[in-house]
Amino acid sequence: MNLTLKIWRQADANDKGKMVDYKVTEISEHMSFLEMMDVLNEQLVNSGKEPVAFDHDCREGICGMCSMYINGEAHGPDRGVTTCQLHMRMFKDGDTITIEPFRAKAFPVIKDLVVDRSAFDRIQHAGGYISVNTSGNTQDANSIPISKHAADEAMDAATCIGCGACVASCKNASAMLFVGAKVSQYALLPQGQIEAADRVRNMVAQMDLEGFGNCTNTGACEVECPKGISLENIARMNRELLKANI
Amino acid sequence: MSVLDSKVPKGPLKDKWTNYKDHIDLVNPANKRNIDVIVVGTGLAGGSAAATLAELGYNVKTFCYQDSPRRAHSIAAQGGINAAKNYQGDGDSTYRLFYDTVKGGDYRSREANVYRLAEVSTNIIDQCVAQGVPFARDYGGLLDNRSFGGVLVSRTFYAKGQTGQQLLLGAYSAMNRQIARGKITPFNRHEMLDIVKIDGKARGIIARNLVTGEIERHSAHAVVIASGGYGNVYFLSTNAMGSNVTAAWKIHKKGAFFANPCYTQIHPTCIPRSGDYQSKLTLMSESLRNDGRIWVPKNLDDVKAIREGKKKPTDLSEDERDYYLERRYPAFGNLVPRDVASRAAKERCDAGYGVNATGEAVYLDFASAIERYGKEQAKIHNITNASAEKIYELGAAIVKAKYGNLFQMYEKIVDQDPYKTPMMIYPAVHYTMGGVWVDYNLMTTIPGCYAIGEANFSDHGANRLGASALMQGLADGYFVLPYTIGDYLSNDIRTGKIPTNTPEFDAAEKEVTDRINFFLNNKGQHSVDYYHKKLGKIMWDKCGMSRNAEGLKEAIEEISALRKDFWQNVNVPGTATEYNEQLAKAGRVADFLELGELFAKDALVREESAGGHFREEYQTEDGEAKRMKEFQFVSAWEYKGEPKDAVLHKEELIYENIEVKERSYK
Amino acid sequence: MSGFFKSSIGRKYAMALSAFFLMFFLLQHLAINLLSVFSANAFNEASHFMGTFWAVQYVLQPVLIFGVIYHFVMGFILEIKNRNARAVKYAKNNGAANSSWMSRNMIYSGLAILAFLVLHFIDFWLPEINTKYIQGDMSGLLADGEGFRYYEELTHKFVSPIRVGAYIIAFVFLSLHLQHGFNSAFQSVGAPVGRKKVMKNIGKAYAILVPLGFVLIALYHHFNH
Repeated sequence: MNLTLKIWRQADANDKGKMVDYKVTEISEHMSFLEMMDVLNEQLVNSGKEPVAFDHDCREGICGMCSMYINGEAHGPDRGVTTCQLHMRMFKDGDTITIEPFRAKAFPVIKDLVVDRSAFDRIQHAGGYISVNTSGNTQDANSIPISKHAADEAMDAATCIGCGACVASCKNASAMLFVGAKVSQYALLPQGQIEAADRVRNMVAQMDLEGFGNCTNTGACEVECPKGISLENIARMNRELLKANI
Repeated sequence: MSVLDSKVPKGPLKDKWTNYKDHIDLVNPANKRNIDVIVVGTGLAGGSAAATLAELGYNVKTFCYQDSPRRAHSIAAQGGINAAKNYQGDGDSTYRLFYDTVKGGDYRSREANVYRLAEVSTNIIDQCVAQGVPFARDYGGLLDNRSFGGVLVSRTFYAKGQTGQQLLLGAYSAMNRQIARGKITPFNRHEMLDIVKIDGKARGIIARNLVTGEIERHSAHAVVIASGGYGNVYFLSTNAMGSNVTAAWKIHKKGAFFANPCYTQIHPTCIPRSGDYQSKLTLMSESLRNDGRIWVPKNLDDVKAIREGKKKPTDLSEDERDYYLERRYPAFGNLVPRDVASRAAKERCDAGYGVNATGEAVYLDFASAIERYGKEQAKIHNITNASAEKIYELGAAIVKAKYGNLFQMYEKIVDQDPYKTPMMIYPAVHYTMGGVWVDYNLMTTIPGCYAIGEANFSDHGANRLGASALMQGLADGYFVLPYTIGDYLSNDIRTGKIPTNTPEFDAAEKEVTDRINFFLNNKGQHSVDYYHKKLGKIMWDKCGMSRNAEGLKEAIEEISALRKDFWQNVNVPGTATEYNEQLAKAGRVADFLELGELFAKDALVREESAGGHFREEYQTEDGEAKRMKEFQFVSAWEYKGEPKDAVLHKEELIYENIEVKERSYK
Repeated sequence: MSGFFKSSIGRKYAMALSAFFLMFFLLQHLAINLLSVFSANAFNEASHFMGTFWAVQYVLQPVLIFGVIYHFVMGFILEIKNRNARAVKYAKNNGAANSSWMSRNMIYSGLAILAFLVLHFIDFWLPEINTKYIQGDMSGLLADGEGFRYYEELTHKFVSPIRVGAYIIAFVFLSLHLQHGFNSAFQSVGAPVGRKKVMKNIGKAYAILVPLGFVLIALYHHFNH
């Protein structure tokens, strides 16, 4: 199929940036979206132009590196996938596709479609861990039985890949789904209880410091999350923070 | 006497590690504060090493090319992590894990290293659970296990199909704790471009900030390379797009020997290639082979009909299917080791039985698993005379709980529902057992330079068993390196901070800058990917699942010519002082072009078949790998300029605790 | 705890708590208004009680006023903050793909409600305050002394079709506001029930029936007097 692409080009963080139109031809419906971008870039390099910068790495939907706001949605129109797993069969011949970076004040653009998501890392530094010595001299793993239900729920929260689609889709650029998932994973496990109060306080404080917006419960994040992280995690974080302050 | 000293401690196998730890030199806590360590790569090995070194008190700097340590490609490991916990009471033990690993590696790994790995494997699980890794559990609240290829016990711990992700997030959380304490300084979106040696010792690195293009000098008392494997030399692999050999190759060029480059693992269960535009291959966890049955049609007519779309796989009766793994290997069936399963698939497809348009795909079928689980569930729920639909529904729910995310991934990529029709799979390059040569301390032949995880060669021999990569990465990082490095660093307590304004740093930086300027000024006619794809094709065709002397000789010539062409005609757009992915990639492909040739040379020299290295000239009558006694050694290559001039050093492999037998899974 | 209410999540709690109070207030307001349909006397009695009972006047009324003001002021502050969290807007944004119109436009439905409240204050509350606390007439009687004034004042206000029209439009916005706000308030305080199906239905019922009740009462008086 043949497509028109409207892509955000921005040389660096200080550049103003603008949308630029490109044409690509003979795109197979079996290609992934990023492979279509590869075709465009090969075309640009061969004609002496600068390729479009975009983040990507594992290309199997787990590293969370790829981003892109495609036709007004984080990771494009498909559900439960990252951009690298979005396939061109979701589009039709002759379509115009608008491609923008994830936008949030806390995610400044580095170049074109590449954004800086280190705010997420700083939130994790603030409390995204259990303070356990890494010597391996801990108790036997099976001495802490955990109900299957709690373990499964913790796993569901832990599935977050930290891609930032929640922030990108939120009308307020709020990071609460991400932080909620991180807080929840530990809040659901007995190992996480000891530091629970400090953890949620510190992570929320860092989140607020980074300039993310507040959550107004629109639920957009949950819909666009490639890993289906539930809004329940935000509710749990809210409870945890209240608990930590009483 | 070989120049290689493996430094394996004396004494009985099972006491070696304990005794060694008891007698090793340590650095006292106050002195650790004055010692800096650089860790390149933040996957399971690098991340866990960085966290533990920082925990011990060293000042750690980590480097990764991704935007966060948490994105390292360990994250993509799906199936699980082995540990000899024997929670299932099925006869597992440290020795059995050791034995399985050595046998699985086709008797080409170092006994003492593997035993140590098996020994610390149980600590890993304890450690990870304490960290909050949400491993799968049974209804009693205890940890669940599954079984993997090449073994007869269930010792694999897992977290859905995302075990690597959960373990990496665990290691990353340990890093976070140390970052918060100020003991780790992370340098993300940075790439190591050279190592700096002072008086023969590793004393720092030159790194490029991938955002600003700035070239930076970082000094340390020791440098740890944890940059993963080199599977991307094939262009198409299950590795991440950015996975590269550069860090390992740079230290190789500065004196670290590179061992067994030809040992590459081709993973049997990947989603088949669909076209030339393909940028990477996607793995489907080996755990699928627990329940999936692999087959191709018995008759070529059926193959033809399926390829033309006239027949569907579900139309074929049991008699018309060839479950070739169950046929050839009745004892292990669909759970034979990866190299065996991969070659068997290739054998069937080469014989014309491939089931998709490219002729390179076999079926992985869950119909009988769904039925089996369905019947079991019907019994559990006391449903008598359950209808076929009900049984299917119950069974599909169990399969979904086990492999749901994998099935969903398959459906998203291939656009077929694997609950209804068999999956199509084909082998793909997945892991490289070869890597930087290290001794028992995990130190390379450069003093003070260590290599851990997939980047080294040490534990998997010629073939790695499933769920052992995660085990090795974490074992090296959490429990081995942090101890052994103390032995070396104990001599550095009086050294003080290493200055970066020395001639050694100047020279290394100049070398890096010159190369970058060359790329940008070359203005050739072909893109970097053009060369990478060409290299990949040579590697896959001539150094792939099976190799022969003639093909390997051709590969050496072709890669050498391609490299020459690359240095004349490569085109890299943009500038040096900006985010420039093409520039970063040019450097990586340049290194792959050298490694590829050494790879072919190593494969040519190794006149035997072992594990992932299958030489067509050396096979048994029924087509199995034929090991040769005289090749029971590690090939460690010393850099001497061009890859063809590399010098081979041999480390003899001695098996005192295991009988070297023909590997049989029949 | 003061730190808590300065945090983003603390503010969510505060918004939700004020919302709960306002939603409760709406219910009792509707209940008293409903009396006007059935019995002028009962309405008068109830209004007089509410207008003169100390606990309502000096406790609940200030809380209500504070609740209304807090909900609006904080709503605006958060809206501005949230808008600033995305400095460069998307060229193309498909909000409808992942969220309801109501949830994305609380500020507009809220503004419409605010405009209505201003009108409502001018219509009812300011005259009330004037009569009771400035002129000091706490009797609640009509000027001629013949019975309570509340019912009379109410029906008088619903004579003008323009006023009734504006009233109806305001309540449509209130309904839209509540269709997101009801469940959102539960989610904000961390109650998992907010996303349960039954609570969603209760929320929907509340968001539609309560404003509809006010509208029907207005129409009743408009057409009956």
